[in-house]
Amino acid sequence: MDALASLIHGLAIATQPMNMLYALIGVLLGTAVGVLPGIGPALTVALLLPITFKLDPAGSLIMFAGIYYGGMYGGSTTSILINTPGESASMVTTLEGNKMAKAGRGGPALATAAIGSFVAGTLATLGIVFLAPWLVNVAVNFGPEDYFALMCVAFITVSATFGDSPVRGLTSLCIGLTLGLVGIDKLTGQARLAFGVPDLLDGIEVTTLAVGLFALGEALYVASRRHLVEEKLEPVRGALWMTKADWSRSWKPWLRGTMFGFPIGALPAGGAEIPTFLSYSTEKRLTKHPEEFGHGAIEGVAGPEAANNASAAGTLVPLLTLGLPTSATAAMMLAGFQQYGLNPGPLLFAERPDLVWGLIASLFIANVMLLVLNLPLVGLWVRLLAIPQSWLYAGILVFATMGTIAAKPSVVELSMLAGFGVMGFLMRRFGYPIAPVVVGLILGPVAEAQLRRALQISLGDPMVLLQSPMSATLLGIALLALIAPFALNGMSRFKASED
Amino acid sequence: MSLLSRGICRGLLVAGATLLATSAFAQMEIKVIAPAAPGGGWDQTARSIQQALIAEKLVKNAQVINIAGAGGTVGLAQFVNGAKGDGNQLMVNGFVMVGAILMNKSPVSLSQITPIARITEETQVMVVPANSPIKTAKDLAELVKKDVAKVTFAGGSAGGVDHIMAALFVGAAGADASKVNYVAFSGGGESLAAILGGKVTAGISGYGEYEGQIKAGKLRAIGVTSPQRLPNADVPTFKELSIDLVLTNWRSVFGAPGISDAQKKTLAELVDKLVKSNSWKDILKQKGWDDAYLPGEPFAKFLADEQTRVGNVMKTVGLVK
Repeated sequence: MDALASLIHGLAIATQPMNMLYALIGVLLGTAVGVLPGIGPALTVALLLPITFKLDPAGSLIMFAGIYYGGMYGGSTTSILINTPGESASMVTTLEGNKMAKAGRGGPALATAAIGSFVAGTLATLGIVFLAPWLVNVAVNFGPEDYFALMCVAFITVSATFGDSPVRGLTSLCIGLTLGLVGIDKLTGQARLAFGVPDLLDGIEVTTLAVGLFALGEALYVASRRHLVEEKLEPVRGALWMTKADWSRSWKPWLRGTMFGFPIGALPAGGAEIPTFLSYSTEKRLTKHPEEFGHGAIEGVAGPEAANNASAAGTLVPLLTLGLPTSATAAMMLAGFQQYGLNPGPLLFAERPDLVWGLIASLFIANVMLLVLNLPLVGLWVRLLAIPQSWLYAGILVFATMGTIAAKPSVVELSMLAGFGVMGFLMRRFGYPIAPVVVGLILGPVAEAQLRRALQISLGDPMVLLQSPMSATLLGIALLALIAPFALNGMSRFKASED
Repeated sequence: MSLLSRGICRGLLVAGATLLATSAFAQMEIKVIAPAAPGGGWDQTARSIQQALIAEKLVKNAQVINIAGAGGTVGLAQFVNGAKGDGNQLMVNGFVMVGAILMNKSPVSLSQITPIARITEETQVMVVPANSPIKTAKDLAELVKKDVAKVTFAGGSAGGVDHIMAALFVGAAGADASKVNYVAFSGGGESLAAILGGKVTAGISGYGEYEGQIKAGKLRAIGVTSPQRLPNADVPTFKELSIDLVLTNWRSVFGAPGISDAQKKTLAELVDKLVKSNSWKDILKQKGWDDAYLPGEPFAKFLADEQTRVGNVMKTVGLVK
């Protein structure tokens, strides 16, 4: 097979000592920035661009890819340990991961995240090798109406599965959708709900909202209940490592997460968040231990973590084959290519096969490195949980605030962080799920823009939503997901009623 | 982490600076303000300026500061309020900011800061998918004339250079520019997918961004907005097809508000040395930007003309009321 021969050639390039070193630097940096909320891989690559200018193209691109993959790994660590998502794509991981950590199962949670990321990253990189040309055609034909339908599926599954009741989930989602309206409207350029504050014109930063709701809200909540219940945290209960049961409950979510992450990541407006939402919802429906969801179910960590890593690989498909950057980090990598006078796109594979295949091969190597790097750290990380609660939460507050300031040094941003912290506290206090708020903020503006684009292109004809086979199918799934829980009410399990 | 990398960055910069100070600015520590997030055109311009200043040893140190938000108007506001009288700061901005100021009803304007020079420009291109029945810009103009609402243009954010170009094209084709059906996408990536997938009639972007696709035969370029044809690109200008559309996405540098004439002169000399250096020329070639150096009074006049033109277009398409 042609691709295989090229890949082997690429491996030879990637395993050169210097390139291995660049990959190592990349994954180390990536893991570090992934851990810090607010500072993402995109910013890191941007800061490194002027420095790497003098390096050879293959080396620095390999390093950038390492940062990208490393960021996806690092984000899960803080999500699990201190309920602070490092990136928006690891937000879902907090839901079950942090509950597991509190129950003394932080070790297995970190392990399933690391191994799941490895499995997904490796499978998805294989996907780049063999499926890229085919997938890119599908991606290009995915029109605005299809995106809108995909968002509908995400909205409905998310509000139905995150939290105790669909009504509470929908309430939270609507708060998020409202927050999503803030800022300049993408299609007409009008400012909405900005109240004349220039900082609000670009909308609300997802990490600010997520860190405020999750980390600050949690810290406030714990502080408020200090005198009522003395919550005893056990750093380790049972095995530090994954048990046999953990393995057998993890491998299917890994694979399913990859199936969500890779293709959606490859869509030009797909992103890394939607697959994690879909993966979580799916695992919650399919699990044999529904009672554990919300209290630390390992499936809820394994699936979304696999999904976000697979989507990172998926992003490289349109980048390498079309020169289409589909995430902030991919856009920075594109700038990296252009820095060397290279234009990713259909010609790149023909013009610089050594570079492209070297990069792809180095992804495999970065994956192995990340696994080797992260697994031994599990034992060290869980010891963080042995820190007395008051210290730990004070530390979280400092950490969360610093991350936000580092990303955007402004008073308005900090005030928003504090405001969202209070909101997160109140929502916890009254039993509303917080994840749908963030989902609403991320997907709301995208769904709105895509729907309006679809209607603008069809000259106002709403039938376009049903005429596209992809859109019609997805809307059908959304409808089923909405009706199924009511139709099957009373049955304890409604497995396989959709998808 | 970013602090660490910044530290490394600065370390390298200081080490690279010269000890043999000869000119007025050799001891300067310049801050280049990019009023945008890392990665975009202004950020890349700012980082290129930094790179060339260091490489040519023109200043002691140069640092890029990103202040993102609202088409650059957040950065502009901070520059106006925070940099008063500081002769060591340069701000990168350009065509897009002219529109953003009007659209966001910005409380601060370009007239409050000190124009130094226009430095680069990028030619805009109009493309259709390779399998489109539209062969030339004339064909597209005919379609627009027949029914303006049915022709969809894809490009970047609302009120940006792509949007204004769509409105100017429709107007030049003899149709009602206020009815232009412009579909705004966030970033060139998404709009490229919509064009390749045949979701829209035509696409608009900077030429460099679509060059790869055009050369690979996936997109057909039907017109460029430069006054003359681009070298090494066989694409007609709109002008030679007698469609009155000449426009470039220019970028410029400004000094802080309220700087003295001496400070202004020093900055102007620095920029002059910068744009004439070999390092700068190499960067332009690499990025596909055209040298559009226009300093002093002529730039101020050019700026005023562009402000009027952009203002008129934005009123026509309803972006500014």
